[in-house]
Amino acid sequence: MDFFSEFFQAITNMSATSLAQHVVNGVSLGSLYALIAIGYTMVYGILLMINFAHGDIVMMACYFAFFGITVFHIPWYFTFIGVIIATALLGAVIERTAYRPLRDAPKNSVLISAIGASFLLENLANYLFSGRPLRFPDIPLLSSNIEVGDVQIQAICIVIPIMTFLSLWLLLHIVNHTKIGMAMRAVSKDYEIARVMGINIDRVISITFIIGSALAAIGAFMWGVRYPGITPMLGVMPGLKCFIAAVIGGIGNIKGAVIGGFILGLGEVFIVAFFPQLSGYRDAFAFIVLIIILFYKPTGLLGEKTTEKV
Amino acid sequence: MKMKKVLSILLASAVMVSALTGCGSDKKESAADSNTIKLGVFLPLTGDNAAGGELELRGIKLANKLHPEVLGKKVELVVADNKSDKAEAASVAARLIEKDKVVTLLGSYGSSLAMAAGNIVKESKVPAIGTSCTNPQVTANNDYYFRACFIDPFQGTVMANYAYNKGARKVAIVQEVSNDYSVGLAKFFKEAFVKLTGDKDAIIDIANYQTGDKDFTAVLTNLKAKNPDAVFAPGNFTESALLIKQARQLGIEAPFMGGDTWETQEFIDVGGKEVEGAVMSTAFDREKASTEEAQKFLKAYTDEYKSEPSALTAMAYDSYLIAIDAIKRANSTDPQKIRDAIAKTKDLEAVTGKTTLDENGDAIKAAVIKEVKNGKFKYLDFVDVK
Amino acid sequence: MDKKRNMLLTAVCVVVLFGAACFAQFELDSYIRRIINLCLIYAIIGLSMNLTNGFAGQFSLGQAGFMAVGAYVVGIFTVPVELRENVFYAVPMNPLIADIEMPLWLALLVGGLLSALIAFLIGTPVLRLRGDYLAIATLGFSEIIRIIITNAQSFTNGALGIKDIPALNDVRYIYIATAVTFLFITALINSSYGRAFKAIREDEIAAEAMGINLFRHKCLAFMLSAFFAGIGGGLYGALLGTVDPKNFLFTLTYNFLLIIVLGGMGSITGSMLGAVIVTAGLEFLRIFDEPMALFGMDIPLFRPGFRMVIFSILLMVCVLFWRKGIMGTSEFTWDKFITFCKNPVKYCLGKGAK
Repeated sequence: MDFFSEFFQAITNMSATSLAQHVVNGVSLGSLYALIAIGYTMVYGILLMINFAHGDIVMMACYFAFFGITVFHIPWYFTFIGVIIATALLGAVIERTAYRPLRDAPKNSVLISAIGASFLLENLANYLFSGRPLRFPDIPLLSSNIEVGDVQIQAICIVIPIMTFLSLWLLLHIVNHTKIGMAMRAVSKDYEIARVMGINIDRVISITFIIGSALAAIGAFMWGVRYPGITPMLGVMPGLKCFIAAVIGGIGNIKGAVIGGFILGLGEVFIVAFFPQLSGYRDAFAFIVLIIILFYKPTGLLGEKTTEKV
Repeated sequence: MKMKKVLSILLASAVMVSALTGCGSDKKESAADSNTIKLGVFLPLTGDNAAGGELELRGIKLANKLHPEVLGKKVELVVADNKSDKAEAASVAARLIEKDKVVTLLGSYGSSLAMAAGNIVKESKVPAIGTSCTNPQVTANNDYYFRACFIDPFQGTVMANYAYNKGARKVAIVQEVSNDYSVGLAKFFKEAFVKLTGDKDAIIDIANYQTGDKDFTAVLTNLKAKNPDAVFAPGNFTESALLIKQARQLGIEAPFMGGDTWETQEFIDVGGKEVEGAVMSTAFDREKASTEEAQKFLKAYTDEYKSEPSALTAMAYDSYLIAIDAIKRANSTDPQKIRDAIAKTKDLEAVTGKTTLDENGDAIKAAVIKEVKNGKFKYLDFVDVK
Repeated sequence: MDKKRNMLLTAVCVVVLFGAACFAQFELDSYIRRIINLCLIYAIIGLSMNLTNGFAGQFSLGQAGFMAVGAYVVGIFTVPVELRENVFYAVPMNPLIADIEMPLWLALLVGGLLSALIAFLIGTPVLRLRGDYLAIATLGFSEIIRIIITNAQSFTNGALGIKDIPALNDVRYIYIATAVTFLFITALINSSYGRAFKAIREDEIAAEAMGINLFRHKCLAFMLSAFFAGIGGGLYGALLGTVDPKNFLFTLTYNFLLIIVLGGMGSITGSMLGAVIVTAGLEFLRIFDEPMALFGMDIPLFRPGFRMVIFSILLMVCVLFWRKGIMGTSEFTWDKFITFCKNPVKYCLGKGAK
C-alpha cells in the first residue's frame, strides 16, 4: 500500500522540530477556530439558528480594523476597542433587521434569512471595497517572531490561545453568574416560558448577538494579524469551519465549541503533516469530521440529548 | 390574497416581456449606427479576479484613447463584467456579440472564463483575443480564439530554466490545486526541470492548497524539513503572498518563484517585506520596452495613473492593438474577415515587443523575469523565444 | 369531465410551448436563446430543490454538488475521443474511461442516476438529521464532491476543467427536458408519494404515526431531487460547453434557493416562475452595473457589483416581507384560470375579500 508506506515514511522522517512546529501551528489555528466558534455557539444556543452571517461579520470587522489603522491612523489598541464596538453594533443591526421580524416564522425561513444576510454582506463588501485584497495593518508587537530552539513562534500564536481562554472564562462567567446570563439560559431552555415569566426576549437576544459579534471582532483581529489579506470572501470558509467546530463540540455548549475548534485546527494541520499527499483534500477534512460526528453522536461531544416534543 | 398573487404574476411577466423586448429594440439601434466600430470587452470586474480585470481594463481603455479610430470610424468599447463566473462569462459574451453587435471580443483575465466564451465565439464566428488567459485549451481546437499572451507551458519552462541556471537542483512545488493556471504551470515546470537536471527526483515535493486557503503552515513545515533549493509556487497573488509570508515566518529561506499573476501591486501590499526577492516570469518591463509603441504606452500610463504599468495592462493594451491592426488590414468590419486578418498577425509593433501569432493563435513573445526589490518589481532577466 | 378537460388543456399548453421553443430556436438570436435556456435549466434545478426543500420539508443545500456530478458525467463522456488528448493535456485520462463516448442523452441519464446513487449513499446518514444540521451536512457533501473532483485529475482533469463538450444551445431539447421534469414532478406530487411528502413536511411525528415510512420517503425525495439536479447540471455543462470545479462552489446553490423562495416553497409552478424571474431579472439588473448618467450627471452608485447588492437585498426583502413567495404552496390550476378568465374582476374581489 503506497498510501500507508508514505504515512510511515512521513512519521519516521519527521524530526522533533517539525513535529513541535506542527503542534504550534495546529494550536494557533485551533484556538482561532475556537474563538470564532464560541460566537456561533452562543447564538445557536439561544436562538436555535445558524447565524450564517457570522463569518461575514468577521470579514467586516477586518475591514473596520483596516480603516481604523491604515486609513485613519488610529493606534492599534484603540482601533481594537473601536472595532469591537463597531462590530457589536453591526451584529445588533443584523439581528434587528434580518432575524427579529422572523421570530415566530418557521425555522427554514430564519435559515434562509441568515443565508441572505451573509450573501448581502459579501456583496456589499465587494461593492464598497472592491474585490481587490487589502493588507491587514501590521502590528509589529504581535507579528514578530520568537524562536524556541528551531521552532518559530509568532507572538500572535501565543496571544490567540490566551484570548480564546480569556473569552471562554469571561463568557462562562457571564452565562453562569450574572442576571443576564440567567435570562439567556432561560431563553435557551424554553423561550415561550421565558417570555411568560417576564423576560424581555428581544433584549436578551440582542445582547447575545452583541456578545457574539464582539467575539467575532476579537477573532477577526487575531485572524487579520495572523493571515493579513482581507477580501470580501474572507469569512466564508472560516465561518463554515467554525460552525462545524461548534457542532463537533455540541452546539450551544461554549466549552464544546473550544474543544471542537481545537480538534478541527489540529486535525487540519496533522492531516497535512502525516499524509502530505492528501494536502489537496484538507478542506474536506472538516466536513468529513462533521458527518462522522453527526452520524455517531448528533448532539456533538458535549451536547445534551434533547427529545422532540410532540 | 389572490389578487396579490395575480398581480405579482402579471408584474413578473411584464418584467420578462420588457426585458426581452428591451433587448430586441436595442439591436436595431446598434445595427443602424455604422459610424462606430464596436469592440466588446469582457473582464472580471467583480469577484475573485477583479484585481486582474481592473488592471486589464486600464490597458484597453488607454489603447482606445491613443488609437481611437480605425478605417475612419470611431472605435467604441462596450465593457461588460463577467463577475469571475463562467455562466456569466458565457452570457456576457453572447450578449456582447448578439445585442451589442461587437465585431471582436477582447478578454478575459482567467482562462476558464475565456473557455466559457469559447463556444460562443466559435458558433457566432466572431473573433476573440484573450488578454491574459494562459491555459493552452483556450485556443486549442478553436479557430476564433486568439491571445496576446504566452501560454502556461512556455512560462513553466522559462522558470525551470531560470531555476536551473541559478544553480537550483532540488525544487519543491506548491500548487493551488483548484486553479487551472497554477496546476498548468506546475506541470510544465516539473517536466522541464526534470529534463534539465536529468534527475527524476529533482522535484522533491508537490504540495497542494485550495483557492481561498489562509493557513499554509502545515504544508510549509513539511517543506522546510525537505530543505529545497527553491520553491515554485504559482498561484493567485493573495494566497501566494500569504504563503510566502508564512514561509519566511517559519524560517524557510529558499527563494520563491511564480508566474505572471504575481505582478500586481496587491502581491506586494499583502506580502510586505516578506515577498522581497520573489521571482516571477512576466511579459513586459520598462527596461525591455524596445518598441515605439511601448514608449507611448509608458508615457500615457504614467501620466494617467501615476504608477508603473503591470504586464497585464500591457497585454490588454496589445490585445486591442492586434484587433485594430487586423481591422485595418482586413479593411472591413466583417468579423469573419477580421478573424482571418488576426490569424495572419505578424511582427506587429506592440508594447510587449514584436508580436506574431502562431498556428494555434497564441502570441510568440519573449518573457521577462522580474524580482521584488524594495517594494517594487525590478527587471532581472530576459528570455527570448527559441 | 373537468379532469379530462384539464389534462387536455395541459397537453395543448405543452405542445404550444414546444411550438414557441421551435420559434425561439429558429428566429431568436443566440443571446436570447441562451437566456431562455438558462431559465429552463434553472427551472429544472429549482424544481428538484423544491422537491426536498418545499414538499418534503427537508432543508438541503447540496444542489451544487449534484449538479457537479451531472455536469462532469456529461463533460467526461461526451467529449469526442479524438479531442480528449488535447483536453487532458496535463494528466492523461484514466484508461478505464478514456475510450467511452456517449451521446448526450445517455450521459445526462447516467449523470442523473449517478447523482441519485450518491444521494442514496449520502442520504443514509444525513437524512436522520433535521433542519440546520441537514442543511450544513448537505452543504458539506456538496463541497466534498467539489474537492474530490478538483483532486481526481485523471478522471476530471482537475482544476483545468473540461472543454470541447459538444455545445447544446438548442431551446427545443432543453424545453423537452424541462417539460418532462415538470410533468413527472407534478404527477409525483399528486400521487400518494406527494401526499406523504407533504405530511412529513407538516409534522414528521404525526406522519410517522400515520404509518408513513419516514426514511424511505425522505430518501426517495432526496434521490429524485439529486437525479433532476444531475440532469440540470448536465444540461448546464452542455450549454456552457465547458465545466470546471469552481463552477460548483456552494454559493451556486443560493441561486436556486432564491428561485424557490421567490416562487414559493412547495409550489411547482412557483419554481418555474421563480426560475424565469430570477434568471431574466439578473440579466435585466445588469443595467445597474453599467455607469449611468441622469441629467448629465454620473451617478456614482452605478458600478460593477451594484447589481449583486440589489439582488441580495431582493432576497432579504422577499424572505422578510413576502415569506410565501409568489405562489405560496398553491399551484396554478386550469380551474382557477378559467374562473379568472370568465370574470377577472369578480374573481379577484371574491378572493381578495377572504
